[in-house]
Amino acid sequence: MQYTLLILILPLLSFVILGLVDSKWKAQVAGTLGTAILVTVTLLSYYTAWEYFSTANITGSYQRIIAFETEWVRFTDYLHINLGILLDPISVMMLVVISTVSLMVHIYSLGYMHGEKGFERYYAFLSLFTFSMLGLVVATNIFQMYIFWELVGASSYLLIGFYYTKPEAVAASKKAFIVTRFADLGFLIGILVLSYYTKTFDFGILTSGNASVFASTTGVTYMGISVMSWAMGLIFVGGAGKSAMFPLHIWLPDAMEGPTPVSALIHAATMVVAGVYLVARLFPVYYVYSPEVLHGVAYLGAITSLFAAIIACVQTDIKRVLAFSTISQIGFMMVGLGVSGMGGHHGLGYMASMFHLTTHAMFKALLFLGAGSIIHAVHSNEMSLMGGLRKHMPITHISFLIACLAIAGIPPFSGFFSKDEILAATFEFSPYLGAAMSFIAGLTAFYMFRLYYGIFWGVEHKHAHTPHESPLAMALPLIFLATVTVFAGFIPFGEFVTNDGAPYEIELNMLVAGISVGVALVFILLATILYRKESKIPTQLATTFAGLHAAASHRFYIDEVYLFITKKIVFNLVSTPIAWFDRHVIDATMDGFASITQRISVLIKGLQSGDVQNYAYIILMGALVIAGLVIYF
Amino acid sequence: MNYASFLQLHDELSLLALIVILLIYDTFANEAKMRYFQPIAILLFSIHTLLNCVPRTSFEVAGGMYQYVPMLTYVKTILNVGTLIVFLQAHHWLNGASSIIRRGEFYFLTLSTLLGMYFMMSAGHFLLFFIGIETASIPMATLVAFNKSNHKSAEAGAKYILSAVFASGISLFGMSLIYGATGTLYFNDLATALTGGPLQLLAMVFFAVGLLFKISLVPFHLWTPDVYEGAPTNITSYLSVISKGSAVFVLFTILIKVFGSMVHEWQAVLYGIIVLSITVGNIFAIRQQNLKRFLAFSSISQAGYILLGVISGSAMGMSSLVYYVLVYGFSNLAAFGVIAIIENHSQKLNIKDYNGLYRTNPKLSVVMMFALFSLAGIPPFAGFFSKFFIFSAAIQQGFYVLVFIALVNTIISLYYYLLVVKAMFLTNSDDAIAPIRSDLALKVSLVICTAAILVIGLFSSIYNQINVFGFGM
Repeated sequence: MQYTLLILILPLLSFVILGLVDSKWKAQVAGTLGTAILVTVTLLSYYTAWEYFSTANITGSYQRIIAFETEWVRFTDYLHINLGILLDPISVMMLVVISTVSLMVHIYSLGYMHGEKGFERYYAFLSLFTFSMLGLVVATNIFQMYIFWELVGASSYLLIGFYYTKPEAVAASKKAFIVTRFADLGFLIGILVLSYYTKTFDFGILTSGNASVFASTTGVTYMGISVMSWAMGLIFVGGAGKSAMFPLHIWLPDAMEGPTPVSALIHAATMVVAGVYLVARLFPVYYVYSPEVLHGVAYLGAITSLFAAIIACVQTDIKRVLAFSTISQIGFMMVGLGVSGMGGHHGLGYMASMFHLTTHAMFKALLFLGAGSIIHAVHSNEMSLMGGLRKHMPITHISFLIACLAIAGIPPFSGFFSKDEILAATFEFSPYLGAAMSFIAGLTAFYMFRLYYGIFWGVEHKHAHTPHESPLAMALPLIFLATVTVFAGFIPFGEFVTNDGAPYEIELNMLVAGISVGVALVFILLATILYRKESKIPTQLATTFAGLHAAASHRFYIDEVYLFITKKIVFNLVSTPIAWFDRHVIDATMDGFASITQRISVLIKGLQSGDVQNYAYIILMGALVIAGLVIYF
Repeated sequence: MNYASFLQLHDELSLLALIVILLIYDTFANEAKMRYFQPIAILLFSIHTLLNCVPRTSFEVAGGMYQYVPMLTYVKTILNVGTLIVFLQAHHWLNGASSIIRRGEFYFLTLSTLLGMYFMMSAGHFLLFFIGIETASIPMATLVAFNKSNHKSAEAGAKYILSAVFASGISLFGMSLIYGATGTLYFNDLATALTGGPLQLLAMVFFAVGLLFKISLVPFHLWTPDVYEGAPTNITSYLSVISKGSAVFVLFTILIKVFGSMVHEWQAVLYGIIVLSITVGNIFAIRQQNLKRFLAFSSISQAGYILLGVISGSAMGMSSLVYYVLVYGFSNLAAFGVIAIIENHSQKLNIKDYNGLYRTNPKLSVVMMFALFSLAGIPPFAGFFSKFFIFSAAIQQGFYVLVFIALVNTIISLYYYLLVVKAMFLTNSDDAIAPIRSDLALKVSLVICTAAILVIGLFSSIYNQINVFGFGM
């Protein structure tokens, strides 16, 4: 299946072409070219998925296929960095998800970004991002993944900061880059520790279940914690950074300064699930060699999920609500992975997590694109400036409602199935955690419907122009994603993706399903009472729970904590002394070099006289002096 | 004597045939036919390069007078490609009014020097070596004086030939001392005959002067800036890359092969010369305004870096040296290519003339920037990797202090390379050089150089390939 290489090459080519032509082509030509290339990539991904799932299941489970591999750098005989393409159920699944969402965003942007300055640059960056993300998921080894991981970080930096004349966007892009890069440091150290002991980067060897690979880690501890826990924990830190897990989530809400379709692509469907994908990719290692880290992942996921859901309830910027909702949903996926066992019914959590990743990508992209459509119409992100839009924007309204129902977990929409499986797995792991996650699912329903009613119902706001439905290029992706959201739940996902490769029949756990649907309905009802028509209850509630409300509005002051640590502690205690040292010792030394160099050059410039007799004299003297020195010393 | 064995000299024979063909063409073709002279010459030379790019197994001809090792094929190919790039870059200049009449000579003379270098590198006997180095030198002087009506060019030619002859004289004196001390001039015999007595040491130093002069190392470098400045720019780039590259390679092989018994002595000599060359080259480069003089001093300091490969005297030193020559060649040719085209169109050669160049000639500026970054050794450009390998080779042999001095000097060199980049990109100017339309040949040459600068470092296989034959030394 060597043709899969094209899936990577084409977006890269698109980036190079669009990046080189810059503004020499008409904007629409560049956009169309980018989109056309992505259509090809998407079709190739679908074909890959079809071929993989129809041929790779030979012995009752899906085999991993190395479609392409080449050695790039060789350190030692066993430690070398390869670049290749690995096909297995989750990478194929990710290919489909990424290319689909990316294609939708490409099409949507034709309308949304129409007339923007730097349109070609925008499409070039989109292609670069798509290339990086696809390269990340098909990585055959952890180092290749790390390379593309950083490329993803860099291209997301470019996209968030697309409006580079806007100070907020620049600040947000820097914040996103620095926070995730900081987390990646953990990832890198983790990789180095892991490869130091296992002597390999290769995923195939790491996850083969061959215990001899890990033989040298047994009994090795550092500060009382086993070395495998260190390695896998540090690797997870990288994943937590990209996937915006508490307390590294602070970059994601700010990243909403980027163009809205970018938020749909990066901050809903692809980059933010990279952390989930990383854990899933290394799941056998986590499960066998560091189960306590895996459980930590589950609890951290739950905490993040709750935390983000509470904040989402009081945000007023629609993109921020969606951002926090994304953080919360990724928490769900992490919980699913964290509680999962290995194989068959025990592997339910893993399967559910991947299922939720897929369905979430679709409906969250739909929500973001819908939000973009709304912002396009009313020219604002603030909920208070919206209201009553359902009459003006029927397509956006219906698709948004479908997505809300899906994320709230109402059958038969896709989110119901995937979330229900996660809850079922969680209940089996720990009833308390299961109950907590059900409650968070209820909160999800609440804040999504608060958002929904705030935008589409309530009092109609006065607008300079009457809001209107978006152009076809923007409406089409909405319709497509809405259709997927309605039907994706019926995909027999367990047939394709499980952690041991063997197909698994999903059964609905009726009790869990009943509870979760019940909770969701109650919370939707609550939201309906509070927000469908204008009422005083929300304000009253806000004053009653003033403390909690204020804290949640300020996102629990986590950003302030970071600022305190960096500005007060790090800057004053570490940076200032280092800066002093740098200026007065290092720089002074360098300045000394420079001035000495200058002086010497003035002193010896006479040598370069231009007289050829002189040159001959120096050649002869040089030869004699050297010979003298050599002979007598 | 078995004359058939001469047929094994593929490289030299095919180059000689090429020279003869071009000479006949140039002599007998009329003006109309001469229009195709340059394309045909370039084409034939490309064919020659391709024909001779596959390494063969080692052999000796004429009782060891001529020696072949596979590494030579790499070095010769590097020189061939470099020469090809010089031809491409000179194409437009040669068609100019003042030089069109002499374009045939240009190819004839350049290829003759190349033939000399071939013999010099393959020599297994000091006589052949001397013939080679002189065949490379004498046509070179006429090339330097190619613009004979130009006062500076003529002066440079005179300076070059006078200094070169003087250095050759010392070198020849050294060789005669070797013969006097040992009674042989065959490299194979000398390896055992030399023991390291005072006379032999004197011979070694005197002999080396000829090569050190060609590589333009301190204190034998004084001719360099004057000649580089006066010579036509394309010749300057040929001189700074091809001539220098071949001499460095020969220096390495002869020091190892012939003077292996005096390794400590010549390492000490090279130690001092490296420190002096790198430092003096840098210090003078900072002061230069004229870009050709600037690159002359920069190339003196680069030569110092290349010698780090020689001083380590190991297989890794050999491969890192060849690799360095390869990368340095492309980078320098790119820089000189840009300078040449700008000089051709505007007669401007000073750094401050380049102010605001990016606005008017963005592509040329970017190529120039890449070349300078590569020369300065900034990753991910190839120059970073070549410096890295050559430093590693020296570190491996324990030259820690030397490498430290070299590293400090890279910082200094970064400063002056960036001065040019700053002028092109950051400084605005009202009378920036007008946009230039470069011809196809030049474009091709710059694309090759840029691609090489960007790509060579990233493909580890290139270095690995060179490394394979480094061990065969």
